[in-house]
Amino acid sequence: MTDILMPALSPTMEEGTLSKWLVKVGDTVAAGDVIAEIETDKATMEVEAVDEGKIEALLIEAGTEGVKVNSVIARLEGGTSSAAPAPAAAPAEAKAEAPAAAPVAAKPQNDPEIPEGTPTVRITVRDALRDAMAEEMRRDDKVFLMGEEVAQYQGAYKVSRGLLEEFGERRVIDTPITEMGFAGIGAGAAMTGLKPIIEFMTFNFAMQAIDHILNSSAKTLYMSGGQIKSSIVYRGPNGAAARVGAQHSQDYSAWYAQIPGLKVIAPYDAADAKGLLKAAIRDPNPVVFLEHEMMYGLEFDIPDVEDFVLPIGKAKIQRTGADVTIVAHSRMVGFALKAAEQLAAEGIDAEVVNLRTLRPLDTDTVIASVKKTNRLVTVEEGWGPMGVGAEIAARVTAEAFDDLDAPPARVHQEDVPMPYAANLEALTVPSVEKIIAAVKQVTYK
Amino acid sequence: MARAAQKDSKTDSGKKLSNVSRDDLLKYYRQMVLIRRFEERAGQLYGMGLIGGFCHLYIGQEAVAVGMEAASKDGDQVITGYRDHGHMLAAGMDPNAVMAELTGRSGGSSKGKGGSMHMFDIETGFFGGHGIVGAQVSLGTGLAFADFYKQNGNVSFTYFGDGAANQGQVYESFNMAQLWKLPVVYVIENNEYAMGTALARASATVNLSQRGSSFGIPGETVDGMDVFAVKEAAERAAEHARSGKGPYILEMKTYRYRGHSMSDPAKYRSKEEVDEVKTTRDPIDHVKTMLQQAGVSEDDIKTIDNEIKAIVLEAVEFAQTSPEPDPSELYTDVYLEA
Repeated sequence: MTDILMPALSPTMEEGTLSKWLVKVGDTVAAGDVIAEIETDKATMEVEAVDEGKIEALLIEAGTEGVKVNSVIARLEGGTSSAAPAPAAAPAEAKAEAPAAAPVAAKPQNDPEIPEGTPTVRITVRDALRDAMAEEMRRDDKVFLMGEEVAQYQGAYKVSRGLLEEFGERRVIDTPITEMGFAGIGAGAAMTGLKPIIEFMTFNFAMQAIDHILNSSAKTLYMSGGQIKSSIVYRGPNGAAARVGAQHSQDYSAWYAQIPGLKVIAPYDAADAKGLLKAAIRDPNPVVFLEHEMMYGLEFDIPDVEDFVLPIGKAKIQRTGADVTIVAHSRMVGFALKAAEQLAAEGIDAEVVNLRTLRPLDTDTVIASVKKTNRLVTVEEGWGPMGVGAEIAARVTAEAFDDLDAPPARVHQEDVPMPYAANLEALTVPSVEKIIAAVKQVTYK
Repeated sequence: MARAAQKDSKTDSGKKLSNVSRDDLLKYYRQMVLIRRFEERAGQLYGMGLIGGFCHLYIGQEAVAVGMEAASKDGDQVITGYRDHGHMLAAGMDPNAVMAELTGRSGGSSKGKGGSMHMFDIETGFFGGHGIVGAQVSLGTGLAFADFYKQNGNVSFTYFGDGAANQGQVYESFNMAQLWKLPVVYVIENNEYAMGTALARASATVNLSQRGSSFGIPGETVDGMDVFAVKEAAERAAEHARSGKGPYILEMKTYRYRGHSMSDPAKYRSKEEVDEVKTTRDPIDHVKTMLQQAGVSEDDIKTIDNEIKAIVLEAVEFAQTSPEPDPSELYTDVYLEA
């Protein structure tokens, strides 16, 4: 004997009207036969038999309203083992409390020890990025570079200069102008264990591909119960360029840094660029690597060592100071350092924290600095609302409230799309002057 | 540039019979019945509140996944959208793990963290299970890119529906697949309705096999209710892709018997239309008739039916007794240790 139960026909249905029986006692039914019609608040639906057998009894009269989901509406005689499992088997309400949030990754390692006296080389950020890719491509055949103008043209910003020559067109691949398509191809290739580097000419164009970055890369490990790994780097220039207007000047730091499953890196100088891009390519997780067009041509010293790799998730104290903590990432670290220099002349000793990684965020380094200086200024190129500075201010006020001698201050782009006119553009973006003003605000100078 | 071929493959059951072994017939029948009985039970469990959210059943379309699978080789990949249970079972995934994923239990193929639309199985080459309409087309082209990069001789079978066929990234993918001659077979499962919108109401051209013609991708329309027609076309398409000639499009004319999802009453089509397909084009009845013609007895068919029923009931049992995921699983599988 098999019970036939009142089915739920939508995720929210609790009861319905059994409007019509299409079978009668004594009828023989097979799996798939329509046996009744049920009316919900939205629609009339057909109910099919799942078992075969003879209808022994119809327990609810046609036309009955308010029939509860999972109540027995009919009985079949015969049939093999009971098809209808006990309704009590419905999953229990969440009984256990959610466990405390685990750290997104193991504690970050420290930077590699660079012995005193190690020689340095002077190199542009552009070449540091190129060298990082070349070294990792030499090391691992699974790594390839794909994007618009990356091969024959040598990169729209010349970041991939020389790579086609060394690695050939199998591994350095020019794509059509089709961000969503090639991001998806990269994400799919990564599912098989390859390690794509997907270059966006700028992150503004990655908006066309953001579905694959989030839905096809960031969430796949979780949705597959740990089976499908996505070791892929999405990289390119991010943030405000110069005089290119609203659609080509936007900082996406906060957008990507909100997504669990992604790692998000925003390097400042050549050492960050090289050490972190190598780490990003090796990382088994999807990484969004936010470069900055205005930094590509700048030169910095980096240690002249074999295989220079920096830890993901570790901020760097770029300048030591005692009076105020300025937290910045990407190009804004340079602005913060300039502001600190000028402030030093006025007797204010600023510490500059270069975040380097936005997800996972190195809160410990920021908190330790604030505990020392008791004052916080955040700087970012993006808009303020829901931004990186907002997140840091929230974490600092939650974890070091008693150490603060002033409310944190945030420096960020004005809350408008990027204007084209030179004077308006200058008014919109963060500046050394704005950082100095914010520092004076929190130091009450 | 390859000339886009258009061909209608229709199978005459009687004629084809001589080319099909009795074992193959039995295998296809078994796989198709497994999918149908599995889906019916999934519908039942949904009705009991044991499966949540969205649940899109494959009933009516069984011949497509089974026929395509018959032409695939070890190492080939399969990727599809959200109506994915049939492809998983055809690929050889464990019915217990699939059903337990539907009920959100720890024994599910994604440990209960994926659900109906998000299941994967590296072992059988099943790469999902994707909930964003059309995303699997770029991803499947990426699987083919990986095959091409590794020169491993494998083919990516990338399934999508008549609805997804209007997404922009489909054409971005077609372009790159043909430009680079990637080994991908695009299988368009044309079940006539994208949710509630009939093909002709959403598509300026309705011959989906020709959607690759501006890229020079050959395509053909196939009777997707005939597992042998599907298999034959699949073999042609796979051979084309495997031999380095690039992508191939198969438009499968098929039909879903149930609504778009469990909560869809399917009022956009008539009962007569559905009944007509069920009685005249049912893919399982078709194979059953051929089995009978091949001299397989009613009893032997009944034995298979009972075996399948037992497999599905075991899956139902497993899907209810497998415990819910431990709360500690909440924070696992977000990142891999570097």
